[in-house]
Amino acid sequence: MASPQFSSFYPDFLVQRIWERCIKCKRCVKECSYGVHVWDEKKKTLLADDSKCVGCHRCEAMCPTKALVIRRHPSDFREHALWTPWHIKNIYKQADQGGVLLTSTGCAQPYKNYFDHLVLDACQVTNPPIDPLREPMELRTFIGPKPESLEIEKVNGKFRLKKRLPPLIQLEVPIMFAAMSYGAISLHVHQGLARAARDLGTLYNTGEGGLHASLYEYGSNTIVQCASGRFGLHVDYLNAGVAIEIKIGQGAKPGIGGHLPGEKVTEEISKTRMIPVGSDAISPAPHHDIYSIEDLRGLIFALKEATEYKKLVFVKIAAVHNVAAIASGIVRAGADAVVIDGLRGGTGAAPTMFRDYIGIPIELAISAVDKRLREEGIRHRASIIASGGIRNSADVVKAIALGADAVYIGTAALIAVGCTMCQRCYTGKCPWGIATNNPELIKRLPPDVAYEKIYNLVKGWALEIKEMLGAMGINSIESLKGNRDKLRAVGLTEKEMEILEVKHAGE
Amino acid sequence: MPFELNASIYHYSQVNNLIREAIAKGEKELILTGVNGHRYLFAGVSAEVRAKIYGTPGLDLGCFMRGPRLEVFGNVQDGAGNTMDEGKIVVHGMGGDVIGYAMRGGKIHIYGDVGYRVGIHMKSYQDKVPVIIIGGKAGDFLGEYMAGGVIILLGMNTIYPERPIAGIYLGTGMHGGKIYVRGKVKESYLGLGLKPYPLDGDDEKELERLLKEYCDDFQMDLSEVLKEDFVKIIPYTHRPYGKIYAY
Ligand code: SF4
Ligand code: SF4
Repeated sequence: MASPQFSSFYPDFLVQRIWERCIKCKRCVKECSYGVHVWDEKKKTLLADDSKCVGCHRCEAMCPTKALVIRRHPSDFREHALWTPWHIKNIYKQADQGGVLLTSTGCAQPYKNYFDHLVLDACQVTNPPIDPLREPMELRTFIGPKPESLEIEKVNGKFRLKKRLPPLIQLEVPIMFAAMSYGAISLHVHQGLARAARDLGTLYNTGEGGLHASLYEYGSNTIVQCASGRFGLHVDYLNAGVAIEIKIGQGAKPGIGGHLPGEKVTEEISKTRMIPVGSDAISPAPHHDIYSIEDLRGLIFALKEATEYKKLVFVKIAAVHNVAAIASGIVRAGADAVVIDGLRGGTGAAPTMFRDYIGIPIELAISAVDKRLREEGIRHRASIIASGGIRNSADVVKAIALGADAVYIGTAALIAVGCTMCQRCYTGKCPWGIATNNPELIKRLPPDVAYEKIYNLVKGWALEIKEMLGAMGINSIESLKGNRDKLRAVGLTEKEMEILEVKHAGE
Repeated sequence: MPFELNASIYHYSQVNNLIREAIAKGEKELILTGVNGHRYLFAGVSAEVRAKIYGTPGLDLGCFMRGPRLEVFGNVQDGAGNTMDEGKIVVHGMGGDVIGYAMRGGKIHIYGDVGYRVGIHMKSYQDKVPVIIIGGKAGDFLGEYMAGGVIILLGMNTIYPERPIAGIYLGTGMHGGKIYVRGKVKESYLGLGLKPYPLDGDDEKELERLLKEYCDDFQMDLSEVLKEDFVKIIPYTHRPYGKIYAY
């Protein structure tokens, strides 16, 4: 007797069809890539298999008569504070199939969100706020090492720098797009990100899947990534962008590598990654040429030497317990920027236990790293780029006030192009055409639409950041960096405030 | 007249600059003497040139390079051929750790022994099939995560007669490519799930072709090398992670 599949008994979602509205156009059948909706030719009716629904809301959004409602399944287990349905269903899945639970996006557990316990300052009476519509407000940020001191000389009555500054990357907004590989997301999203980055004066990141031939023209707005799998990594690729990011780890799955399943390695992906069609693309947990800070220095300078010192080298790590000490080592190893990806950093695929339970919140990590680098007198040698759970422009402002130079956004950019956070990117069937490379599905999100949405989002955030800076009475983002005086805590412990270096509200 | 450079008085960055300048001027033959731990020589160089290198190149010789053919009269340190794309490195001596990490094309011929973690994550793509041939013995983790290409281990020109031909975890996690070993290899030294197999006709042809070039490089006698039987180690699956998830 075949053993029962307990996990199929209790669907997560209920597909509700309002029959009075349904015109049986079969659009839902076409839209659902999970095969939930089926047309029964004999009975001339539509059927729905709830157990396959992932709750992406695509069918609901596309239904021309709004005849569909996707709801959390109302069938309840008896309440139990410890054994919630999530735990029960996870156990069913593993008992049915054995193996590792897989998921996508960032940490879904309700850990304390420090951004939500920090409030910003504003001017009242004694110092007037600045109106960004009347006065210049600068969001321009420079990424890379700054000199220890500036020497200025006077030539023909004019002041100028004695020594030229080391190469720096100029960003018009302190928001960049986080590494998401072609393979994990569609080429259309990459094209949208690249164009948006160019028009916004910022950078997008190729992720570790190589660079598609159509994207080389966006070089001056590109960060290329060098991860342990070294996919599609060759000299043209290294020279294609303005920076190379060595990926050591990522917040969604610290301590493990990446893995693009063979099913996702299509013809185009295969060309870009330079691996055969259908083969698993496995990135080992560590770079096996890096077992120490000294080895990391080896790779940083190998990349610099190979690109004739024209590119900045970033090193990306997941925020873990010892993040401050590790970041210090990274800066000493010669990195031009340290990228810290916090507990809530997203992913196309990660074991659930890793996504939800490994790593530390980005807010604490930014502050700890900034503090450590300042104490050691090396803060100027590298920029800090923070990522993982930045949801709005206030989060950006808070991250910078805690010590970051700039932030990366990933999930927010995907939500901007329609992602509904169904957290099933790993299936490669994203019905919104984002986390997929199925040639039919990717048509649902054309590059122009991706570009427009992402551009609009960051433009909106940039305006908000200017308003917030103006309200605080400062006219450049540089003056906000590490400026914890602009933050106050609401409901944090002494220890938390000590790590964040912030005072409590009312102090 | 080849371009000649005494590297001993320069920092590696200067040496690389001089190499690049010479190549830009159209030099096709280069000779480097006095090489003593210089790192990253020929890093990222993309050109069809030949170089003779005397001394001991340091970390990451020829990393990311595409095309150069380097002949080293001495040993090479760790990371030679790191993520290399095309070209060739011939070493008349021994090699350190992580030789040919993630290399995608070209050849590395080492006369003697090599260290740990050699040929990790080599991969092939279309007509690019990277090859590493080791005349001596290898340390642990040879060919780990191998995704493509060929590694040949001879165990002949070794200064460690007492050691086994390869260290432990040979080919662990390999999901593509082939490792040929001359003589026998203890199964307990192989990565989980791997087994040594006898060669078939195509393997023998491939092996002979690759070894002929190797023997020419070092004036070795091919018939001597082929006197012993070889075994091959191939992946037991191309999808090592295909079945570990529960959805
Ligand atoms: S399209 Fe999405 S929401 Fe609709 S049935 Fe399919 S999986 Fe569920
Ligand atoms: S990108 Fe697509 S698959 Fe991933 S969470 Fe968003 S909607 Fe779901």
